[in-house]
This record gives sequence, structure tokens and C-alpha cells, in this order.
Amino acid sequence: MNLKLLALAAALAASMFSTGTFAQTKQQFIPVLSYRTGPYAPNGVPFANGYVDYLKYINANGGLNGVKIIFEECDTSYATDKGVECYERLKGKNGGASLVEPLSTGITFALTEKAPADKIPIVTTGYGRSDSADGTVFKWNFPLLGTYWSAADMLVKHIGKKEGGVNKLKGKKVTLVYADHPYGKEPIPYLEEASKTYGFELQLLPVVLPGIEQKSTWLQIRQTRPDYVFLWGWGVMNSTALKEAVATGFPREKMYGVWWAGAEPDVRDVGDGAKGYNALTLQHGAEPNAKITKDILAAVHAKGQGTGPKDEVGSVLYTRGVIASMLATEGIKRAQDRFGKGKVMTGEQVRWGLEHLALDQKKLDALGFAGVMRPISTSCVDHRGDSWARIHTWDGKKWNFSSDWMQPDDGAIKPLVIASASRYAAEKKLVRRTPADCDA
Amino acid sequence: MLYRENGQFRVTYAADQQIFPVVQDRIAIVVLLALAFFAVPLLATDYLLRAILVPFLILSLAALGLNVLVGYCGQISLGTGGFMAVGAYTAYNCFIRVDGMPLIAALLFGGFGATLVGVVFGIPSLRIRGLYLAVATLAAQFFCDWAFLRIKWLTNDSTSGSVSVPALNVFGLPVETPIQKYLFCLSVVVVFALLLKNLVRAHIGREWMAIRDMDVAAAVIGIRPVYAKLSAFAVSSFVAGVAGAMWGFIYLGSWESAAFNIDRSFQLLFMIIIGGLGSIMGSFFGAAFIVVLPIALDQMLPVLGSGIGLHVDTATVSHATLMIYGALIVFFLIVEPHGLARLWSMGREKLRLWPFPH
Repeated sequence: MNLKLLALAAALAASMFSTGTFAQTKQQFIPVLSYRTGPYAPNGVPFANGYVDYLKYINANGGLNGVKIIFEECDTSYATDKGVECYERLKGKNGGASLVEPLSTGITFALTEKAPADKIPIVTTGYGRSDSADGTVFKWNFPLLGTYWSAADMLVKHIGKKEGGVNKLKGKKVTLVYADHPYGKEPIPYLEEASKTYGFELQLLPVVLPGIEQKSTWLQIRQTRPDYVFLWGWGVMNSTALKEAVATGFPREKMYGVWWAGAEPDVRDVGDGAKGYNALTLQHGAEPNAKITKDILAAVHAKGQGTGPKDEVGSVLYTRGVIASMLATEGIKRAQDRFGKGKVMTGEQVRWGLEHLALDQKKLDALGFAGVMRPISTSCVDHRGDSWARIHTWDGKKWNFSSDWMQPDDGAIKPLVIASASRYAAEKKLVRRTPADCDA
Repeated sequence: MLYRENGQFRVTYAADQQIFPVVQDRIAIVVLLALAFFAVPLLATDYLLRAILVPFLILSLAALGLNVLVGYCGQISLGTGGFMAVGAYTAYNCFIRVDGMPLIAALLFGGFGATLVGVVFGIPSLRIRGLYLAVATLAAQFFCDWAFLRIKWLTNDSTSGSVSVPALNVFGLPVETPIQKYLFCLSVVVVFALLLKNLVRAHIGREWMAIRDMDVAAAVIGIRPVYAKLSAFAVSSFVAGVAGAMWGFIYLGSWESAAFNIDRSFQLLFMIIIGGLGSIMGSFFGAAFIVVLPIALDQMLPVLGSGIGLHVDTATVSHATLMIYGALIVFFLIVEPHGLARLWSMGREKLRLWPFPH
């Protein structure tokens, strides 16, 4: 008995001390922080499957100019402290992490403090700190494709258009139902600004995560009868909100979710009740017919290498995982263009690559992303890149696009981003990067 | 044979009253501290320091604080997470708003802030006991959660409610690298453990224990319950506050109030129950069990799995970790309801007689 215990303890200790010191050549390491357990697993799983499947797909096609990708998953359960532990565990493995995708705004905040010292870029596709779009302060953060402020702006512009012009929003009532979490609170500064500019009345209703209990929230909505409801929820909070909307009789057509509140797991349980519910997309929607979806099915799933169920491939969150993975690997490829093709890139080099992304239509077509997303380019000043979105609407069975491509009004967002980033820099006693540093 | 105090005569009161009266214990603790201060920083990897040892030390400190209240004074509290949050945010506000505030002063202010809140929420303990008090302290937890989510001023008007601290240093020495952070935490924890050990051996500690064992009897022999209970709340929340400030400043670097939610309170309560109520040593055992074990399991399972030719995916590992961890908690509670510290002291007794059975 005692011997066994001793042996177990020794094995434990040994496994902790030997955190992967064997570096291999020609392998680029990408840590995958996912959550396949916990209350957000229904949404976390398809994203993680997409992310990992695309990496497998890249490897099946010869890697990045011959450099194979190795990856390792660590389950964060969407908890910040577990996420930090996962990051610490994986960052040094296999020659060092090239970048990290935390998939949680809370974890992003925590890692933002660590990235500059560790020299590992943080890619946050469509989430994270909105002010980190300012690359001169947030050197290591990349909120690619869109931030919550751009999302809020597009939603306001969209309902403005519905009303027949943004000036018609004057006197209207807009309610934000949000997760009481850094993620849900991100859009508030922009919406407060916009409510002043356009004269609509903003009501803020926080929901304590995981958001299974929303009775009082929707009672308030029934009392104030807002013209529109914006939903900034995640996981089970979204379907609960929709069920409550059905119960209180709030028209689903007047409900708009952010891109994290607009996937199949959010509406499937509600089914017909969610008919008419709209959500902003992060460029893509469900893409079962896209070339990349078919390619992944052929190259990965057909060979029995797929990570999740086959019929999930091409769903909204799966596709988002694929896009996130693609942007990460394209960043590495871009870095190889400058620092040597077929070489393993360091975190610092990958950071340069992400900062100089230039994916035009031709490249996207070649990658199989035609129609899934629009061209994107980033720069030292702009770490977000071009932000495009559409609205899609649930018809009871699937998501259908119901608007044209839109872009946020950067004239309105930029001053907010710069002001917020400057505040951060002042708090942290950071100096903005100079143009010389940008070229380096 | 090695561990026997025969022939060690104590001829002065000082010698009789010291913390470790047995020579072997003194040697062991010096060796342990030497290992912790010198060998660990040299040998351990960054991961071990940053992701395991630092949180272990900080949560041990919080568990020490809670043990004063629950283990020594017998007042069940579910508000530790809240007191930690008060500590973290008080320290943060001192640090951000006062220019040139030293780190240690900020941490201590965090402790004082938590003390005030702790004493206020300790007042109900004068009237209510046991499980009812646990419910009352739950109010502290929810109030703190609410305050740090809603009152913008407390988070320096941060848009997302998440706050972060700039580069830290102590007397000009930076606290940046994992080794520096580890050494800083270790020093603070050692100092506090020593202080608390002495406190619980002194008259205050004896008052607490008297109140714990039977408060009516304690009052009859002249112990003031008001003073004893509130001082336990004050000391406990002070330590929890400092631990909370360190959790935010040193371990997370950037945090929102969710870092100190009700789960944290439960986690700390489980730590001291598993580690041993009313034992300084037990707080460390409990923290080790709760912090290190899940991480170790999480890493072990894939290794073990591949050892027997089985591929274990991330989700399975995560689920299995929770199951094994839960089973172990139940196992230890059945085998030794008085906690790991009791196992330890039984081991010591056995060792004194070894190699003879009696």
C-alpha cells in the first residue's frame, strides 16, 4: 500500500518536472485552449473541433511550406484561473508556443498581462478587449475580424436602417441583455456613446452567468417594452433568453444577438420559438457548402481523423474555429515569407506575420474561403483588420442571411479605441510604439 | 529510532514553550525552509513555479486565514471569497490611486480593508451560530460580488470590470519573473504562518478555542464572546484580504470579481476540512490537495493512457479528473475525518516508536 503510494507520488512529481523539454525540429507548436467541459461546452466543442480539424487539414496537405504543426489541447472550462494554468503548461512545450487563442474574454484579459514577457501573440477572433485593436499599445493582441465595439456599431446601424435612417432612432428604447462577465460588458462603453449620439434610450440588464435564471430580466423587459433587444450572451444563456422571450411574448424579430449568440446550439433547443431571431455574424454563417468545408470533410473526416461528429462540420461555430485556425496559420505563413520559408517561426516572428496579414480575395479563394469571409489586412496601428458582417436569421431549422455585407463606422469607434488604449497605457506606464518600432 | 526525543530535557520556560520543542522537528523545518528558499528556485521549472507553487502558496495563506475562524474559533464562514475580493480591490485602489504606493503597503491596506468588512459581517456571529452563521456570511460573499461588479469607482471605471496592475517591485527589487514571485509569496506565507502559529498558541488563540468548544462555558470563565469572535473575524479576514490581494496582484495580474466568487469560498472551506480544522499544517495540506491534485491528475491521465496504449482526449481527461478527485475527497473523509493533518500527527506518533510497535 505504502509502496504504491510512494510510486504514485514519484510518478506525479516526475510528470510535473518533465514538461516537454524535447524540442523537435521543423515543427510549429500551437497550444489549443478549449473547453469541452463545463457550462459552455455546447458552444466550446464545435469551435475547438473546427480549430483542430483545420490544423489537421493543413498537416494533411504538407504543413506550412513543409513545417508540420503540432498542437496540444488543454481544457479550460471557460474559467480564468484554469485557463492561465493551461497557458503556463503549454507555452513552453515543443519549442515554445507560436501563438495562443484563449477563446474567453476573461482569459484574454489575464494573458494580455503575460504576453509581452513571454513573447507569444494572443489571437482573439471576434472577442477579447476591444481597445486592443490599437496595436501601438497592445503589441501582442490581435482581435482579428472584429471587436465588440464594431459589433455594437453595426447592430445600431442596422436597426437604424430598419427604422429608415439612424436619426429615426431618437426616442427609441434599446435594451442590452448581457452576460455579467468581461465579455458581456465590453460593448457598453460604445453603446452608451451611441445612445448619446443618436438619442436612443439604453437600458442595461445584466444576467449572472451561466444565465439559466432570467425571469426578473425579462419581467423588466415586459414592463419597459423596448423597441429592440441586443443579446450579448454565451452558452445556455442564449437559449434561455430566447425561451424567456417566447414566454413574455417579446417579438424575436426585434432581437439581435452578437456573433457569439448566433449559432446552432443557441437556437436549436428553442426550435420554432426562435423563428425570426436575428444575429450578427462574424463574416461567415453556417457554411455547409463552402469549399473549405468540403475539403476538410475529404482530407480529414473521410480518413477517420475528424475531431467531432461529421454533421457538425460547417456549422457556425465550427466554421469560426476553422477561420480562427486559418488566420493563425496564415500569420505564421506570412512570417515565413519574411523570415525564411519552411522554417519554424518564433512567437516574435509570428507576431510580425499577424501584424502584416494581407489576405486578398485571390488568396482566400485559393484557401477555399470564397464566400465565407472577405479580404482582411492588418497593420501595426490596426490589429483588428477589416471588419465585415452580415445579419442572419433563424427560420426554425437553419440560419439564413438576411442582410448585405456591412462595415462598422470606424470614425466613431477609433477615438474610443485610442482613448481606452491610452488609459491602459497610462495605467501600465507603457509608451506607445513609434513608427520605427512598427517597421522592425 | 531517528525520531525520538529521549534525553532532550527542557530546563527553561522558553525552551519548553518554543514552537518545535523536539530537536528533530527543528532540523526538519530548517531543511524544509532551506529547500523551499534555495533548492526549489534552482530546480523547478517556470511552469511549476508560476502555475502550481504560486497559487498553492497564496491559497494556503487564504486557508490559514479561514482556519483561524472556522478551525480555531468554530465560526463557519462562507464569505472568504468575498473577503479576498475586498483585499484585492482595496489593494488595487490604493496602488492605482496613490502615486508611489509600495507593494507591501498596498497588500497590507488590502488586509485592513478586508478586516473592516470582516468585522462588520462578523457581528451577526454574536447572535447566530453554526449553519445559520454560514448563511449569514454567505451574504458577505454576495454583497462583495455585487459591489465589485456594479460600483464603477471600485474598479477605476474599467469598461469591462476587469482590472490589472502595473509592474510590481518590493524595495526596488522587481517581482516579475516566476522565481521572484515565488520567493515573494513564500516569504509572505512563512511570515504569516509564523505569526498565526504564535497567535493560536497565545491567550487569544486559547480564547478562540474555548469559544469553539463551548461558548457558554467560555463566557462563564470570563472570556468575552464579543471580543473573541470579532477578533477571530478580524484576523481571519485580514489574512484572507492579503491572500486575495496577492492572488490578484501576483498570480493573475488582471482579474474580475469572478475570480473571487462563491466557488472560491467553498474551495477554501473544503481545503481546511480536508487538510484539518484547527491546524496550521493542515491548511497547507488542504491547499496542496485541492490545488495540486487536479492539475497533477489532468497531466497524469494522458500519460498513463498512452502508457497502456490508450488515447485519452481532452474532454475525457477533464471529466475523469473531476471524478477521481471527487472520489479521493470522499475516500480521505472516510479514512480520516479529522483531515490530513491528523494523518500526519498519527504518522509522527508511529515514527517515535519505530521500529517497535508499542
